[in-house]
Amino acid sequence: MRTPSQTIGPFFRGMLLEQPVVFEDGDVRVEGVVYDGAGNPVDDALVELTQPGGFGRCATDAAGRFRFQTRAAPFADVMVFARGLLRHVVTRVYFSPDDLPSIARSATLLARREGDSYRFDIHLQGPDETVFFDV
Amino acid sequence: MGNRPDPPLDVPEYTSTALRAPRQPFVRLPSFDDASAPVFGRDRVGESDNDLTAGGPLGERIVVSGRVVDSRGRPVRNTLVEVWQANAAGRYAHSSDNHDAPLDANFSGFGRCITDDEGAYRFVTIKPGAYPWQNHRNAWRPAHIHFSLFGTTLSERLVTQMYFPGDPLHRHDPILNAVRSGARDALVASFDLDTTVPEWALGYRWDIHL
Repeated sequence: MRTPSQTIGPFFRGMLLEQPVVFEDGDVRVEGVVYDGAGNPVDDALVELTQPGGFGRCATDAAGRFRFQTRAAPFADVMVFARGLLRHVVTRVYFSPDDLPSIARSATLLARREGDSYRFDIHLQGPDETVFFDV
Repeated sequence: MGNRPDPPLDVPEYTSTALRAPRQPFVRLPSFDDASAPVFGRDRVGESDNDLTAGGPLGERIVVSGRVVDSRGRPVRNTLVEVWQANAAGRYAHSSDNHDAPLDANFSGFGRCITDDEGAYRFVTIKPGAYPWQNHRNAWRPAHIHFSLFGTTLSERLVTQMYFPGDPLHRHDPILNAVRSGARDALVASFDLDTTVPEWALGYRWDIHL
């Protein structure tokens, strides 16, 4: 029997290792806000970003914001953990519309270029709910 | 989610799920199937980071150990295991824990280790206290230790909680009971005399199947 998941709860900050730099030589910043179904920022989420050979982990701040230094090619896998999530959710951020998979709501996976960084908001619920994957 | 008996995301009894559980079905994308787990933090784990009692906290000293195995029962070696928990009074060393119980200046409440060649991990800590959490009237979390593991594939990533045997709060806890009854016991450690250290600490055994 595989061990089931439980929520990360609200008290992980400072308890888990953090590492918002995915690649030391990462040339782009990815930042965004995690929102709940009422459109409020989720200020107690943990966001993890994985690319081949690189990994980052960032707790959201009081404004629900997370931030990573990484590479913009061609995508990164993203996991979100939070109080109220009995199991983490998995999504993927793409940096170019040309790389998006042909699935419904795929636009929710596209990061927006803003100056020298990419903006990628995550909506756990609601009309703009992000696509989450069965992993 | 494979065949892991994870709880459903939308559980009305656990009120925080209401605005946070996604409503759309999860999408299958084959390219996730062979995605590897991240490798993380090994160089940041010290030899004694698995001893949460180094500062001399108050409470009942315990040993918690077990094996981490994959879905085929093979040991998961050299993988990071992170734990965090409340102190013996049921309070986390965390700024947003407002429970009216004392902080323990000698207890930070977190630890980490790397599994050995058999996939084994071991922590020395104190038994965490139960605490109220306002989910419903007179809601109390049973004593538990939070665990985070990476495994070897992305699908093995696991954040969960370990509970203690014989706790009368189990049947009142919507988080534990969100897991179907046949799988719930997988989250409850066993008291183990072989893990117990004579004249020193009770031992609990909890194996983790990624």
